[in-house]
Amino acid sequence: MMDLLHAFVALSNFVLVPAIAYGSQLALGALGVTLIYGILRFSNFAHGDTMAFGTMVTVLATWGLQAMGVSLGPLPTALLALPVGILGCMALVLVTDRAVYRFYRAQKAKPVILVIVSIGVMFIMNGLVRFIIGPGDQRFADGERFIVSAPGFKEMTGLDEGLAIRTTQGITVITAVIVVAVLFWFLNRTRSGKSMRAYSDNEDLALLSGINPDRVVMITWLIVAVLATVAGVLYGLDKSFKPFTYFQLLLPVFASAIVGGLGNPLGAIAGGFIIAFSEVTITYAWKKVLGHALPESLAPDGLVQLLSTDYKFAVSFVILLIVLLFRPTGLFRGKAV
Amino acid sequence: MAEAFLIGEAMTGGYGKSGPDILQDCTVAVEPGEIAVIVGPNGAGKSTAMKAVFGMLNLRRGAVRLDGEDITALSPQERVRKGMGFVPQNQNIFTSMTVEENLEMGAFIREDDISETMEQVYELFPILREKRRQAAGELSGGQRQQVAVGRALMTRPKVLMLDEPTAGVSPIVMDELFDRIIEIARTGLPVLMVEQNARQALAIADKGYVLVQGRNAHTGTGKDLLADPEVRRSFLGG
Amino acid sequence: MSETMRNTALFALVAGLIVVTGIFQSWNTAFLILNMGLISAIMSLGVNLQWGFAGLFNVGVMGFVALGGLATVLVAMPPVGEAWAAGGARVLAGLATGAALLVATILARRAMRPGRARALATLVILVGGFFVYRAVLDPGVEAVEAVNPAGTGYLGGLGLPVLLAWPVGGALAAGAAWIIGKAALGLRSDYLAIATLGIAEIILAVLKNEDWLSRGVKNVNGIPRPLPYEVDLQNDPGFVDTVQGLGLDPVTASSLYIKLGYAGLFAVVLVVILLAAQLALNSPWGRMMRAIRDNETAAGAMGKDVTRRHLQVFVLGSAVCGVAGAMMTTLDGQLVPTSYQPLRFTFLIWVMVIVGGSGNNFGAVLGGFLIWFLWVQVEPMGYWLMQMITAPLAEDSALKAHLLDSAAHMRLFTMGLVLLLVLRFSPRGLIPER
Repeated sequence: MMDLLHAFVALSNFVLVPAIAYGSQLALGALGVTLIYGILRFSNFAHGDTMAFGTMVTVLATWGLQAMGVSLGPLPTALLALPVGILGCMALVLVTDRAVYRFYRAQKAKPVILVIVSIGVMFIMNGLVRFIIGPGDQRFADGERFIVSAPGFKEMTGLDEGLAIRTTQGITVITAVIVVAVLFWFLNRTRSGKSMRAYSDNEDLALLSGINPDRVVMITWLIVAVLATVAGVLYGLDKSFKPFTYFQLLLPVFASAIVGGLGNPLGAIAGGFIIAFSEVTITYAWKKVLGHALPESLAPDGLVQLLSTDYKFAVSFVILLIVLLFRPTGLFRGKAV
Repeated sequence: MAEAFLIGEAMTGGYGKSGPDILQDCTVAVEPGEIAVIVGPNGAGKSTAMKAVFGMLNLRRGAVRLDGEDITALSPQERVRKGMGFVPQNQNIFTSMTVEENLEMGAFIREDDISETMEQVYELFPILREKRRQAAGELSGGQRQQVAVGRALMTRPKVLMLDEPTAGVSPIVMDELFDRIIEIARTGLPVLMVEQNARQALAIADKGYVLVQGRNAHTGTGKDLLADPEVRRSFLGG
Repeated sequence: MSETMRNTALFALVAGLIVVTGIFQSWNTAFLILNMGLISAIMSLGVNLQWGFAGLFNVGVMGFVALGGLATVLVAMPPVGEAWAAGGARVLAGLATGAALLVATILARRAMRPGRARALATLVILVGGFFVYRAVLDPGVEAVEAVNPAGTGYLGGLGLPVLLAWPVGGALAAGAAWIIGKAALGLRSDYLAIATLGIAEIILAVLKNEDWLSRGVKNVNGIPRPLPYEVDLQNDPGFVDTVQGLGLDPVTASSLYIKLGYAGLFAVVLVVILLAAQLALNSPWGRMMRAIRDNETAAGAMGKDVTRRHLQVFVLGSAVCGVAGAMMTTLDGQLVPTSYQPLRFTFLIWVMVIVGGSGNNFGAVLGGFLIWFLWVQVEPMGYWLMQMITAPLAEDSALKAHLLDSAAHMRLFTMGLVLLLVLRFSPRGLIPER
């Protein structure tokens, strides 16, 4: 019995907690991708770099606050800087839309052309971020490191296994829940939100109903900027900020959105957690958990790691492929354009 | 005779800037309380005539007037604000949204209280009240058409235009839809519609337009047209 | 100005740019640009086959290029006898088990009827099989990697001439493209894009992790060359006499001589592939491909097997990228998995194709040279520009230091700008499709 408890604590520590935090970050990223797909009808390859830009502004603002001696006590100062990052990101995406995407919308360009355009935007944003903050790793988390630390947990419970919950993980989950709740309230309860859903559902009919497409597009970009910045900052707090890593997030983020069904917000969230849990469980070395859970004689010798952590992209990819082959519109029936 | 409430007069034009003229000097009109029906063989330009009235193609000649006002130069969206309700033939509902949300979106341009209009729509189509929390895409074909018509009514239009409202529904459902449309017209709202099922449509029509190759071939009351041997022979099949 | 004149002028312009580099910077740089330009042109041709001919959106170019690089190691490096003795057989047995598993899964799925039982059987075979596969493979891998890890730690290659690796690289890439194409073609264009993006990351992950295969992140150095080493030339009295007779420094001359040699080899490959691509474009096959691209539904209705045609062109285009990848690794003389970056090896190639003119082979080649030239030269130009801009700032200004440090990142920015400008103002590229 004690062993099973130990196994569960170890499982929580190494699999559940990190996967929930990572899943929340992916879900927020995937929500941005899925909204752009639903409203603007293309896969935005620049999304990873949009996340990077918003995070970069937040990092710079955090440094500024820290230099001024402002802090949130146990919470990371970045939370205070987050609104600045969001505003910066909003400005960026609105300028980009005005200067780049609007032209192609007016032309009713094919989605694949917009995808290629977004690759150009990706280069520019990527260059911009590296130009301003450099390509290196930036840590900007401060405040209390742990909500529950491993030794503290052992002392508290008298168990042999430790359970650590980092502050950033806690903040990630709480923030993600708040953001998602507000987003769904907005989409389902407000006139603007409903007009966005109507536009995504049936563009021509939405126009006939007097919905202003420019307004819908603008609101979409603003929401995307919020989602991208929050996702990016949470990921950066939890791990660290490095422009290239954010570019690479594109794959798991897209995998989440597609697995859930592109264009379907609920699907994006489910997809984020599916991808995160698969990545973490398949690349986790199960020796410790199994050692507790199984009788002595069956305890494994090896690490029982299905795949090395470097294959985490492979995990997203394989799930993506399976879903695409057997249910091309995703688990939650997205749009099939 | 005073001019009709809504009239597309001597319309000539086609799709795009340089497309061939599909409509040739074609006129359709409707009066308050009336049902006007546009019928004709396939490719006669029935839907095109309705789209022309709604401003979805470029007119080379001719004019569209609503309540005496020339609206030829307005976009479809502006015509909606002027009081035209239009139900397209395909994709005329928001499938992922609930019935009630569909009606709300129909009233998007209105700033005032819409609950009364919604109540009227529910009275006209009681089944929609029952299913108001259900996604419109899950409804049957006939119910979806009711949602579509209800959505168009939400703006409290001065004229209702229906593009083949009975396409793809069973005969029983068709009869019921026609009943509802008659009911709508009785309230004084002019109804202009395009129909594939010419016989049944002319039976309920106050005025009928038979189009052939984009031109007015026969015009008259629905009864007259049904009785006209020329129309029967060439078009209704005996 | 006629079209031919215009195109010739464009190519002359790029040639001129490279010559100017030679005169004002150094001939060494000029030849470096030329050689990588040739390789880029080939990659660009490969992507143009897929996108320009067939409208297939492949953003996994990096993976196919990396597979070409792997081919050079597998073909040209000498086999490590000790490692083969230690675990070679076991590794092979492991790989055979893996292949057998996949075959078994496919056979089982064919034999059984769709339903829950089949899904369960698939799952059992795959999951159970995975453990069997790892059980067979892992000890072999461990044994191989234990053999002199600092020097080898891998099985080595076949010790064959390196030129052979070029077609082999193409074949490897073609094989991978066939598998991914079987799975993902026929899906919507952006799904194919994400799928190819993923496969490229996986190929990279394999190269970085499977030390027994190509030493992972420890890199493989000293891949045999098709041309002599510069040092050997400098020690060759005949060579030294000849170049001194021409009034050249033997060290510089040997370096240029080798680069010229590579340029010759690459040019031959480029011309062969370009000719083949031109013939394909104007053949009935090419016309059908473009017909499918322009109206898939109509072509399908006419009885063309769209997915099959797409698979053909996808495999061919990827193979061309594989060949180019093998050539590049040959030129570098080493395989460095961490050097493969999607921005550089996938998206930059896309910029080349779009800027050059998708659907036109000459456009793709021009784009390859031009964009590569820019990629190399924007960095010094950016630095120079930054020096001009920051000149008024104080010498010890932090902003100045930052701007000068960051000038290198202007190249990404510039590439994006070039792509967007071309898409906006000349969407069919510099040499449009005819």
